[in-house]
Amino acid sequence: MTIETANPELTASSAPIIEIVGMHKWYGEFHVLKEINLTVSRGERIVICGPSGSGKSTMIRCINRLEEHQRGQIIVDGIELNDDLKRIDKIRREVGMVFQHFNLFPHLTVLENCCLAPIWVRKMPRKQAEEIAMEYLERVRIPEQAKKYPGQLSGGQQQRVAIARSLCMSPSIMLFDEPTSALDPEMIKEVLDTMISLAESGMTMLVVTHEMGFAKTVANRVIFMDGGQIIEENDPETFFTNPEHERTQLFLSQIM
Amino acid sequence: MITKNGSLPDQPPPTNSIGVIGWLRRNLFASVLNTLLTFLALYIIYLGIVPAVNWVFVNSDWVGDSRDACSSGGACWVFIAARINLFMYGFYPEEGYWRINLAFAILVLLLVLLNIRQVPRRGWIAAFTLIGYPIIAFYLFYGGAFGLTVVDTHNWGGLSLTLILSGVGIVASLPIGVVLALGRNSQMPIVKAASIVFIEFWRGVPLITVLFMSSVMLPLFLPEGTSFDKLLRAMIGIVLFESAYMAEVVRGGLAAIPRGQYEAAKALGLNYWKSMTLIILPQALKLVIPGIVNTFIALFKDTTLVLIIGLFDLLTTIEAGFKHVSWLGFAVEGYVFAALIYWIFCFSMSRYSQNLERKLHTGHAR
Ligand SMILES: Nc1ncnc2c1ncn2[C@@H]1O[C@H](COP(=O)(O)OP(=O)(O)O)[C@@H](O)[C@H]1O
Ligand SMILES: [Mg+2]
Repeated sequence: MTIETANPELTASSAPIIEIVGMHKWYGEFHVLKEINLTVSRGERIVICGPSGSGKSTMIRCINRLEEHQRGQIIVDGIELNDDLKRIDKIRREVGMVFQHFNLFPHLTVLENCCLAPIWVRKMPRKQAEEIAMEYLERVRIPEQAKKYPGQLSGGQQQRVAIARSLCMSPSIMLFDEPTSALDPEMIKEVLDTMISLAESGMTMLVVTHEMGFAKTVANRVIFMDGGQIIEENDPETFFTNPEHERTQLFLSQIM
Repeated sequence: MITKNGSLPDQPPPTNSIGVIGWLRRNLFASVLNTLLTFLALYIIYLGIVPAVNWVFVNSDWVGDSRDACSSGGACWVFIAARINLFMYGFYPEEGYWRINLAFAILVLLLVLLNIRQVPRRGWIAAFTLIGYPIIAFYLFYGGAFGLTVVDTHNWGGLSLTLILSGVGIVASLPIGVVLALGRNSQMPIVKAASIVFIEFWRGVPLITVLFMSSVMLPLFLPEGTSFDKLLRAMIGIVLFESAYMAEVVRGGLAAIPRGQYEAAKALGLNYWKSMTLIILPQALKLVIPGIVNTFIALFKDTTLVLIIGLFDLLTTIEAGFKHVSWLGFAVEGYVFAALIYWIFCFSMSRYSQNLERKLHTGHAR
């Protein structure tokens, strides 16, 4: 059992919440992920970067089984992922995901987007779900948009709604797949600020992003992927100032 | 003129580019040729409209009760008025007309309630319309309960039969079509194959063949002595046929939903049926409203084909009307009346669908 504590640094070093051991994945003949080993502790914030096509999205999508892996183990919160639908459902309830293109439900209002899963998956009474949704919408600072439809919001607002929608399921892990790369520059900050405040609340986060400023201030660890492998894994300080691998150096020189 | 902060001030557009004058100039009198064509078109319209108006209104006869009343040379609407009961109710016994009227009155009431935003519990009304109402309507039409005498289906006819056939067809083919479309997209090979075979079979045969087979061939396969209502057989044929078309329309909508919607639903922990009913289908069906209504309209008109198996729908009763000795020679009036009735229903469906699309529109971006 983990010990309840206010200090995220302390919890971060205790129990692993995600364990990926010797994981491989193929798309047909194409070997997209090779020998992935990764352990994430409760409360840890991990940034994953790497060139396009290196398998970052695929890796985090394996964690909530949007993609299947073919070899190795993925254990989330003590539950090993396999074909068992019950386990998959259970894990998806625990793991929130934020996508590059927001993927809000355009036919539902912002509030309905947020309430849907708590009502239909967690069987929460509508009134309670709405109260919780409003709380989270306040946390991402858009409660006044609750009655609007996603199509009426800016990209940055939509992404903050997407974050609130995931949080309404009170997940213990949040996955972010390039949450700011579809946004206009002036909107990136509002989304990053939301993510920073989420990090401060002690959420376990895996973030695929090229926002190196975010990585430096928020991450406990930075992972560099290339060609379907984890090439380098380090604390942000070392990662940015003194990368071990040539490929990491090359990548950093290209994006910074 | 440049204002102090350096930007140009807004100016009104030139008057000859806006309003009625602007529209006329742009669309009807843009050039010499355009102007000539405008006048030519007006002349052609004039040539067609004047005789039509004369035939329908000016020279027509409206009152009377036999063909002797029609002496003005124009349309003889007396014929329609005299046989209107046949056209509306077929051979349904006259003392039972109130039953049909009541059934349709209830339906209209329900539909009106469903379309008023302020009405509370519209979900329940919708459920009642789809599940409870058909039962009530069946007993009203057929009788056999609540002290109503049985009126056998071969007495049903006219517009009410057309509406029953198309109503059943519309209400049943949409859900069956949705299930078939989901089946065709299924990961399970057997479900997928069965759906494809079903859809392609029914889409491959003409409706007239389906009706003919249901009426002539089906009894050959059934055990001797089992009788199977002719109207019911026609209904089943129409429903199976139309649901295959509906399935393809719905599948088009499903294909247009971005993959991200499925993924977001999954990531939130919604299972297959919940993501379909809460996320995917509401969007997919909304996208294909024009296609769905198009199929409904086609179905409504296709019901006229039941004449080949001896059912008396609106068109058939009208034809029976002008083939009767006392009204021989009024085919044109009959067909014009039939066209008007079909047009009113089809046009209403088309307008309603546009209205619905506008009402369900939720912002510019997806
Ligand atoms: N559904 C798929 N089927 C086949 N190949 C895929 C699929 N999704 C991604 N890929 C391929 O897998 C590789 C890794 O993709 P992805 O994980 O999206 O990379 P990243 O997120 O790092 O840009 C890419 O070469 C991509 O083309
Ligand atoms: Mg990616």
